Amino acid sequence: MVSLPHSVNPVKLAVDDVAVSYSGKTVLKGVTFDIHEHEIFGIIGPANSGKTSFLKTLNRMDIFNPAMSFTGRISFSGQDIRTWRNVYSLRSRIGVVFPLPVGLPLTVYENVAFAPRLAGVSRKEDLDIIVERCLARAALWDEVKDRLETLGSLLSGGQQQRLTIARALSQDPELLMLDEFSIAVDPVTTMRIEDVLKDLKKEITIVLVTNLVQQARRLADRMALFLDGEVVEVGVTEEMFAGHVKDQRTKDYLDGRFG
Amino acid sequence: MGQVDTPPSARKADRRNLDWFIDKAVQVLVFIAGISAIIFIIGIFVFITKEGVGFIFKSNYALSEPVFGLLEKQKMPEDQLDALTDLAGKKFATAEDLLKAVEGVIGVEGAAKYKDILITKSLDQPFNLKTFFTSPKWAPTSEVKPTYGALALMVGTASVTGLAMLIAIPFSLGAAIYIGEFATGRTREFLKILVELLAAIPSVVWGFIGLSIMNPLIIKLFNVPIGLNVLNAGVILGLMAAPIMTTIAEDALKAVPDRYREAAEAMGATRWQVILKVVLPAAKSGLVAAILLGVGRGFGETMAVLMATGHSINLPTSIFDSVRAMTATIAAELGEAAVGSDHYQALFTLGIFLFLVTFLINLTADLVLRGIRKE
Repeated sequence: MVSLPHSVNPVKLAVDDVAVSYSGKTVLKGVTFDIHEHEIFGIIGPANSGKTSFLKTLNRMDIFNPAMSFTGRISFSGQDIRTWRNVYSLRSRIGVVFPLPVGLPLTVYENVAFAPRLAGVSRKEDLDIIVERCLARAALWDEVKDRLETLGSLLSGGQQQRLTIARALSQDPELLMLDEFSIAVDPVTTMRIEDVLKDLKKEITIVLVTNLVQQARRLADRMALFLDGEVVEVGVTEEMFAGHVKDQRTKDYLDGRFG
Repeated sequence: MGQVDTPPSARKADRRNLDWFIDKAVQVLVFIAGISAIIFIIGIFVFITKEGVGFIFKSNYALSEPVFGLLEKQKMPEDQLDALTDLAGKKFATAEDLLKAVEGVIGVEGAAKYKDILITKSLDQPFNLKTFFTSPKWAPTSEVKPTYGALALMVGTASVTGLAMLIAIPFSLGAAIYIGEFATGRTREFLKILVELLAAIPSVVWGFIGLSIMNPLIIKLFNVPIGLNVLNAGVILGLMAAPIMTTIAEDALKAVPDRYREAAEAMGATRWQVILKVVLPAAKSGLVAAILLGVGRGFGETMAVLMATGHSINLPTSIFDSVRAMTATIAAELGEAAVGSDHYQALFTLGIFLFLVTFLINLTADLVLRGIRKE
């Protein structure tokens, strides 16, 4: 047994018996686990297993979708997210990276400066520093430093995804959620971003949704397997890959013998 | 290798079937429809131009009052002057024709004495570009001297359209933002249908509302003698243009992908911040199109402004003054103007001007949008 740093860290996100439904149809139920500070928590599972719905619940994206609702209790930094009166400030603490890159129809610079501006940073020098730092961390600075004024939506797919990551970092989030971020990124860039994530976890907590089992193996300290709207198993990544699993379905999935 | 014979199976498969012929027929029909639309538009343009442009350069020769004044100064005998008054106002195509007519009245010798004046001073152009743009006097049926000053009409149209846009732009953008961004489910569907119904109200009904509801209301509210004025027509036109502007603006907002909203919301932007900083800039071109459509509607609207402006030629000094619009002038006067007369042609000149203004508005919009796109 390996002793893991996460076990000593306080709980960042406590999820207790959460179920998500759309128009009364339950897509995910019985989710219960804790995510600790400074860990990368992997969520793996095939498509339509409720992974993205779970992420949407974490930053209360259900509010603007009348069809979507959730039950159970989610505590962020010890406070129930349902009792956050200013949902916008909750969201500003949680960075999200979507599966497909979303370059806002603004310049590269403004894409990254968006969240800091919302947070009230208005001095050009301050913004310049944030923009450069975030782009550099997302391994994009060198490629775009000479064209910060071009539209973000004109960058290539992989660049846009890194722009999205830079944007998520610009919020200075406490929790970063990545939803299959590597779909639109080439393998070399993926590796670079993975290195960035390993580095980032010293400062923040990361939830990584991925359908690449090997990516979870490389990055996640602990992980959960979502399958058909249920959490099959939660465990320490190394142990799970070493074969210490309770459920046969987990073993099959990790071995790639699923379906 | 020699020529390969097509196998019979392939030849059998290669048949022109019904679908093939339907496809050809539809292609031809669509082509004809498309081409004819373009030809009609060009035809209308040529017709209006032909009737109107000729008038701009039209010139006559006539014995007008200034000419009589000059003749009097040159000491033309009283009896000759009296005799010539019969010719006053008659128009001749050339100076020679006029001279001949004068010779017929006062004799060749008498006419020869005043030949210079008759030839050089009798030129009478009914239309003057400077008058058209600077004079507020639109008096095409004047017995003494018809004047074609369109300034008052232009100011009338512009003031009514301007006021209408001041009202319609905030209202329609607000309505579009509410319907497109905030309203959900049944409220949204209900509002959309309602707005589309409003857009279908005929303009004469709006004119009627202006005449019978707004008119007494304005008189009572603002204690002014007449309620048919810039304010009345501006409000009516604003209400008229708002539904269609709302529909177009709402379409533009809907065309902004939801992922932009989600991305901005995920960063903690409030809904208003999302709209202001992401949705509106992304929908910019569509919104400009909506506004320009409203301006076009304002310029082109005829019946409602005819009924609500008071239709009196006036340079307005306040929104409580009656005015007259260009379109309303054409509508009201074209029926009584004799075909081919100066009056008739002057109305077409007004039409050309309207056409040019709308064309310029569209062109500017196009250039602005291209500029935005290039950035």
